[in-house]
Amino acid sequence: MKIPLIYNIRSVRQRPVSTLFTALGMALVVLVFIAMMALSRGFRAAIVETGSRENVLVVRSGSDNELTSGLGRATAQTIAGMPFVAEGSTGRPLISPEVYVLVSLDRLDGGDALVVARGVSPQAFEVRKNVEIIAGRMINSGAPEILIGKSIVGRFAGTEIGETIRFASRDWEVVGHFAAGGSAFESEIWGENEQFMPAFRGEVFQSVTFRMSDPSAFEAVKLALEEDPRLPVGAHREYDFYASQSELLTRVISIAAVFIAGIMAIGAVFGAVNTMYAAVSARAPEIAVLLTLGFRPLSVLSSFLFEALVIALIGGVLGCLFSLPLNGLMTSTTNWSSMSEVAFAFSVTPDLLLRGMIFAAVMGLIGGFFPARRAARQPVVKAARQA
Amino acid sequence: MALLEIRDLSKVYYRDTQKIPVFEDIDLDIEAGEFLVLMGPSGSGKTTLLNLVAGLDEPTTGTISVGGEKVTAMSRRQLAAWRSDHVGFIFQLYNLLPVLTAFQNVELPLLLTHLSKSERRDHVNTALDVVGLSDRADHFPRQLSGGQEQRVAIARAIVSDPTLILADEPTGDLDAKSADEVLTLLQRLNGEFNKTILLVTHDQRAADRGHAVMHLDKGVLTR
Amino acid sequence: MKYARLVWVNLMRNKRRTILTTISVAAALFLFVALRSVNTTLDEARDVGSESRMVVRNAISVVFSLPEAYYNWLTTVPGVSRVTWGNWFHGIYQDPRDFFPSFGVDVDGYFDIYFEMVVPEDQKQAFLRERTAAMVGTGLMERFGWRLGQTINLTSMIYSPDQSWPFTIRAVYTPIPGWTDEAFYFHYDYLYEMSEWTQPGWYVLELEDPSLAATVATTIDEHYENSRFATRTETERAFQSGMVSMYGNVGLLMNAVGIAVFFAILLVAANAMMMSGRERTSEVAVLKTLGYSDRLLFGLVVIEAAIITVVGGALGVFGAKVLFEGTGFQGMGFLPGFEVKLSTAAVGMAIAILLGLISGLVPAWQAARLPVAHTLRRVA
Repeated sequence: MKIPLIYNIRSVRQRPVSTLFTALGMALVVLVFIAMMALSRGFRAAIVETGSRENVLVVRSGSDNELTSGLGRATAQTIAGMPFVAEGSTGRPLISPEVYVLVSLDRLDGGDALVVARGVSPQAFEVRKNVEIIAGRMINSGAPEILIGKSIVGRFAGTEIGETIRFASRDWEVVGHFAAGGSAFESEIWGENEQFMPAFRGEVFQSVTFRMSDPSAFEAVKLALEEDPRLPVGAHREYDFYASQSELLTRVISIAAVFIAGIMAIGAVFGAVNTMYAAVSARAPEIAVLLTLGFRPLSVLSSFLFEALVIALIGGVLGCLFSLPLNGLMTSTTNWSSMSEVAFAFSVTPDLLLRGMIFAAVMGLIGGFFPARRAARQPVVKAARQA
Repeated sequence: MALLEIRDLSKVYYRDTQKIPVFEDIDLDIEAGEFLVLMGPSGSGKTTLLNLVAGLDEPTTGTISVGGEKVTAMSRRQLAAWRSDHVGFIFQLYNLLPVLTAFQNVELPLLLTHLSKSERRDHVNTALDVVGLSDRADHFPRQLSGGQEQRVAIARAIVSDPTLILADEPTGDLDAKSADEVLTLLQRLNGEFNKTILLVTHDQRAADRGHAVMHLDKGVLTR
Repeated sequence: MKYARLVWVNLMRNKRRTILTTISVAAALFLFVALRSVNTTLDEARDVGSESRMVVRNAISVVFSLPEAYYNWLTTVPGVSRVTWGNWFHGIYQDPRDFFPSFGVDVDGYFDIYFEMVVPEDQKQAFLRERTAAMVGTGLMERFGWRLGQTINLTSMIYSPDQSWPFTIRAVYTPIPGWTDEAFYFHYDYLYEMSEWTQPGWYVLELEDPSLAATVATTIDEHYENSRFATRTETERAFQSGMVSMYGNVGLLMNAVGIAVFFAILLVAANAMMMSGRERTSEVAVLKTLGYSDRLLFGLVVIEAAIITVVGGALGVFGAKVLFEGTGFQGMGFLPGFEVKLSTAAVGMAIAILLGLISGLVPAWQAARLPVAHTLRRVA
C-alpha cells in the first residue's frame, strides 16, 4: 500500500521556513558545483574548439607546446610539398607556418597580461575554417597590420580598429577583428608570419599547421612526418594538441569543484537530516496511525524519503536557476601550457544542470535516509501513546 | 491597605473583529496572610485573572496593585524583575524542565538573584525540605510521581520567598492522595510561613482548604 | 556563569542535532579557511619581492631572454651598485606535478645580492668550486629526501625533455623568514654549456637607494628601446606581483565561493536553532513566569547558538591548520608556501561568532517576545 504523495507535499508546505532554509542551503551547494564546473567546461571548450580534427599541427620533436618549439624555413617548405597536404581553392597547399610569441599588453582595468601574437600565412584563414573577420578588413601582405581576436577587444589598450599596438619595437595597426567560434584563437593577435618573423626571433617558425587531404589518414601522415630524416618534428592532430593543453587547468578546477562542493554538501546533508528528524518526530502520532491502519514500514520509509527528495529537488531547481545567469559570462585566465591569457565564457550546459539536480537528489536521499528509517521502525504502541 | 488590590479590572479578547469579554469591572482585595480560593466553571476567566495578577497578561482596563506597587503600570522588563521577587507560580501540569534535576529546577528562580552558589544551595535544600523531598534532589522529573513533581514545583515557587503564591489548578492532574498532600502543603505554607495564597480550582476539596472562596461566573465575581 | 548549566542542558537536549550542526559548521569553516589561505598565499607571493632590487627582463615577455652583453653596460648605470643574472630552468625531479622553482644563476654575483639564504661557509665554497654543484633549500631537501653530496638527475620543461641533467648537491641553505625554502640553484655556466644556446633570462640589479628605482628603470628601458632586445625594468616586488597575476581571478572566485559557503551554513545553523526554539516555547514561558527577563532569554538563546558555531568553527579552523600543515599541502605544486595564517584563523573564528549571532537572532527574538499567557494556555 502506497502512502499518497500529496500527504508529503502538504507536510512540506506546513513547515515553509524549515523547508525553504534546507532547500536554499542545498541550492547554494548546487550553485557552487555548477558554477565551478561551468568554469572548467568553458575553459576546456575554448581551448578544445581551437583545434580541428582535419588539421595536423607540427612542432619541433619533443615540444608539447608552441612556445618552446622552433622549425626552420626549410622544414616548412618540405612539409608544404608533401602529398597529403590538402589543396585550397587557388591550388596552393593549405598550410600555415606560424610564428608564435607572447606579447605583454596593458589591460584597460589596470596591470598587464601576456597575449599570444600569431604570425600566420595567407592560407591560414582557409586552413582554419572557423576563423572569420567580423569587423574591418583582412591584413595586407607586407604591411605592419594586425587582426585582433574578439575576446580581447575592449579588454586591452589599443585593440580598436584604427588604433596601434606597439610590440617588438614596432607599431602595428589594427585593421580588423575576427571571431573563431568561441575558441582560444579569439584571445590572440594575428599578423602575417613574414612580418612577425624578423621582428621577433629571426628565421624560425614555431609551428606548421596544415589541412590533410584525407583526414582519416592521420596515423599514416604522422608516421611519414616523424620518420622523415629531414624533419626533426612531432606531428599532432590539431584538436588533440590543444585539448591536451586544457587538461591540467581543467583537472585542477574539477578537483577544486568536487572538493569544495563535497565539503559544502556535508553541511547541507546534515541540515536535511535535522529537518527530516524534526519532521518525523513532529508527526510521530500520524505515523502511528498509518502503521496501525496497516501501512507497511517500507511505505513509511519511502514516503519520508520522497519528502526529503522533494526538499532536495526544490533546492536543486533553485541552484540551477541561480546558476543560469552565469552562462556566457566572460572571464579570463592564464593558460598555463602557453603562459598566455585566454578569455572564455562560463558554460552552463543542460548536462551540467542535470548533474546539479542529481547532486541535489543524492544529498536529499542521504539526508532523508536515517530519519525515514527511524520513522519506519517506530513501534506502533509508542507512537500512538505520544499522540 | 490590602496586599493585593484589583480595581475595575476588565479583559476583552478579540477574535477577528468580534469582541469577547471575559470579565468586566472586577474589584478584589486580598489581605496579607490570606488563603483565597477562586472557583468557577472552565472558561470563566479564572486563569486569565491569575495571569493578570502575575503580570503575564495585560488587562484591557483597570489596575492591579501588590504591596502598593502598581503591576499594571510596569514595563515588560520591570514585570520580569517584579515576578522574580514577589510571585511564586504553581501550574496544573507542574511545568518542570525535564532536562534538569529537582534541585536544579528549584534553583532556577535563584539564578536571577545575587546569591552565591552556597547560599543558593542552602535555600534550595530548605525549600526541598519544606516539601519533604530532600532525598529526591538529584532525581529528574520523569523519575518522580505526579505528586512529587508538583511538590518540586511548589518548592520552586517558594524558594525565593515570594510575597504572593499563585496556584492554577495545582491538583487538577493528581490522584486523591497526592492532591491531599499538595493541599496540606499549601495550607502549611499559609499557616506556618504566613504566605499569601491565591488558588484557582474547580475542585471542591481544594476549595475547602482556603479561608474564603469566591466564584467567578459569566464575568461576575461573587463571594 | 551561573546560567551555564541551563545553556548546556539545552544544547544536550537534542544531542544529534547539536552534533550534526556543529560538524556542519566545522566543515564550512574548514572550507572557508582553505579558500582564504589560497588567497593569502597568493598575496604573500605578490609581496615577497624586495623594493631595493630591480629585475630587468625582455620587454616582450619573461619567457624571452636578454643578451649576455648587457651585463657590462648595466653595471655602469648610475644608482646601480651590483648586477647579477639568472635563468628559469623549470627542473623536474621524477614527477612533473611535483613543482619546485629552479634557476641557473651567476653564482659569483648572485649571493652578494641575495642575502636571504644562509649557507655554511664551507658548503658555499664547495658549491662555488664545482660546475655541476647545486644549492638546495632545506624544505626541498626534506620533500625529496635528498642528502648533501648526493647526485640527482633533473629534466627541464624548457630544454629538450630527453636531456638528463646531473647535479651534485653541495650546499643547503636556510632561508630567512618569508623566503622560500624550496628553491634549487645551480651554475649558469653549466646551463650554458649543456644547452648550447641559452642567454640570461633576467638581470637583477641592486640599488644604492630604493628611491632611485623609477630613474634607473627609465634609464635602462630607454637605452634599449630600439634594440632587438628591448627591456622592461621593474622592482622585484612589481615583478613578482606580475607573475602571481597569471593565476587570474582566483581571489574573486575564492571570495565568491566563500560567501556561498557562509550563507549555506547560515541557513543550516539558523534552521537548527529555529527548530530548537520551536520545541521549547512552553519552557520559555515557564521561565518567564519565574521572572526571567526577555533580555536574559534572548541572550541565552544567542549564546547557545554561538557555542555551536564557535565550537564547530574552532574544529574546522584547527582541523584545517593541522591537516594542511601535517600533509604539507602545496596545491599540487601551484601554491608553494601554502599555509593557514593566524590572521586567517582569527577571521575564521570571527565568522563563526557572527554565524552564531545571526543564526540565534530569530529564535532569540521569538523567545524574548513570546506571549506567556497565550503559550501557557495552549500547552495546558
